[in-house]
Amino acid sequence: MSYFLRKIGFYAVALWAALTLNFAIPRLLPGNPVDILLAKLQQRGGTVSPETREAYALLLGGDSSEPLWVQYVDYLKNLLRGDLGVSVSYYPAPVSEVIGQSLPWTVILVGLATIIAAVLGVGLGAFVGWKPGTWLDSLIPATTLLAAVPYFWLALLLTYLLARVLGWFPLQGGYDVVLTPGWNAEFILSAITYGFLPALTIVLASIGGWLLGMRNMMVSTLSEDYILTAEAKGLSPRKILRSYASRNAVLPSVAGFAISLGFVVSGSVITEQVFSYPGIGGRLLGAVSNNDYALMQGLFLFITLAVLGANLVVDLLYGLIDPRTRARS
Amino acid sequence: MTNLKPTSEPSVADSAELLAETSAESGRPVRSGWRMLLPTMTPWLAIGLGLIVAITLFGVIGPYLVGDPRAIRDMGLTGPSADFWLGTTQTGQDVLAQLAHATRGSLQIGVIVGLLATALSAFFGIYGAYRGRAVDEVFSLFTNVFLVIPGLPLVIVISGFVPAESRGLWTIAVVLAVTSWAGSARVLRAQTLSVRNRDYVAASQVSGERPWRVIIVEILPNLLPVIASQFVFAVIAAILGEAGLSFIGLGASNSSTLGTMLFYAQNGFALSLGAWWWFIPPGLIIALFGTGLSLVNFSIDEIINPKLKNLRLHRKRARRAARLERELAQAARRGGPAATASKESAR
Repeated sequence: MSYFLRKIGFYAVALWAALTLNFAIPRLLPGNPVDILLAKLQQRGGTVSPETREAYALLLGGDSSEPLWVQYVDYLKNLLRGDLGVSVSYYPAPVSEVIGQSLPWTVILVGLATIIAAVLGVGLGAFVGWKPGTWLDSLIPATTLLAAVPYFWLALLLTYLLARVLGWFPLQGGYDVVLTPGWNAEFILSAITYGFLPALTIVLASIGGWLLGMRNMMVSTLSEDYILTAEAKGLSPRKILRSYASRNAVLPSVAGFAISLGFVVSGSVITEQVFSYPGIGGRLLGAVSNNDYALMQGLFLFITLAVLGANLVVDLLYGLIDPRTRARS
Repeated sequence: MTNLKPTSEPSVADSAELLAETSAESGRPVRSGWRMLLPTMTPWLAIGLGLIVAITLFGVIGPYLVGDPRAIRDMGLTGPSADFWLGTTQTGQDVLAQLAHATRGSLQIGVIVGLLATALSAFFGIYGAYRGRAVDEVFSLFTNVFLVIPGLPLVIVISGFVPAESRGLWTIAVVLAVTSWAGSARVLRAQTLSVRNRDYVAASQVSGERPWRVIIVEILPNLLPVIASQFVFAVIAAILGEAGLSFIGLGASNSSTLGTMLFYAQNGFALSLGAWWWFIPPGLIIALFGTGLSLVNFSIDEIINPKLKNLRLHRKRARRAARLERELAQAARRGGPAATASKESAR
């Protein structure tokens, strides 16, 4: 039980660190975000009341009338109420609403692509590691090429080949703009067609890491004594591969899922930009170029929250799959 | 660029013994001292080094050999030709000249960030693990927190707050280094923990050596292959990270890197105009350089994890045995004396 408590405690600390970073960044860096933000707000036809100014100052700093720790406490209180401020670029929509609209796109795209990449990569890696020394081993350096390719460049390349030259997929966007979003077959089909290229980019760019990690663990696992025992007992190679070798070799990959998720989210932020995908990443970059600081911070918090949450789930599951981790701590 | 860090956690501990064993079998003397820290030359290592050297030379010498990358000509968006090997951009700028300058910029930032990130990870990983107890707890908590906070969104937010005019090369380098050291620190910590409990470290502590001397003279040499491999990863990650940042227009102001080239290509509609010569070369250079570094890292991995090396030697022996067997079988068909002769020569 203490393992689970430790993990939850760790993620609570990580969450607090992320919140504090979010509080500190605009206050430590040069520039005066509040003034820029309010100027934008007025351009958009928003009225700047003293309350609005105070709310933004709480979020972004610049208000020196109160001591820092009071600002900090108020900032945390505001977050707890779910108040992330008003977005300037989508005025007058509040930040939380903008995030709510774009969240499903990214979660589905990145989630599905990561799961596909992980399953394929781990499966292939197990197979390559199972028969070391065959021609399959020469695939390994090829995957490093894929892993070293910048996400967004791969996206450009795929768009050029599959969308522009061959015309199989639409160039950009998240769905056919003539349709209204909703849960009907036509819209979902359109979303799948538009999401295929971004998903393919993420799968291709991230599969190499899974493959390599699994293959290396397979090689180590195969030299373990219990594999020899299993062979000596006369078990069929398929059973050894599935129930003995793969099961043990996959553990670090499961643990590594957490770290790789951070990478995938990072990569997909830029990939979304290439495809003008209506997800979190595109919104984040839009917020940056419009100096929409409130939206920017809200998005960063949400991305961090999502990654931390996924990590927590994986870590808790890991404790269930591998009893040794529980015993050690 | 998932799983930049190897998921297995090998140790340097038992490498010497295994190395001695394998070299005894192959009949050659054990490679001594610092030579054991150098990777064996394999075809993959040769390809990797070749790629790195070629691209580095291109970035270092290239800018002197090409024309002005900013010169505008009245021949926008022409394909590769004898005059312009990689064609021209929308405003008639020479893509090859831009590529040379951009490669230099990217390598520069890669090396700077690589060094910074490695220094940070060495401090948090090695020093924390060496001190142990509370320091180690705090340092590793700090490391783990930095590890789970997604790096690029953080970098984007930080770059978004810094006004463009004060966003120099060093600002970007520091931001990239601060967000990317955590993974290596964790690897280095694990390695330091295994080295620090050896008897010879305890002996040097007992004989009164100061902590910094124990770390630098006794522990650090054992970690060199790991640090080298982490440095290589850091350089790849930095070049990729900078390219991504510049691609979305948040890179260092008035810098020219492969990422900014791609940014201009994207904003100049290179994609929809079909100007492949404009956006393919920059990405290809990044990909090839990254591949070169990864291939070198495979060889470094063999030093860290001798199991991988044994695998390769084992395969080599198996191939040699198969070849000998074939030769023997052929010789046996031809007659007795030839068989022994070929056996001798094969040795």
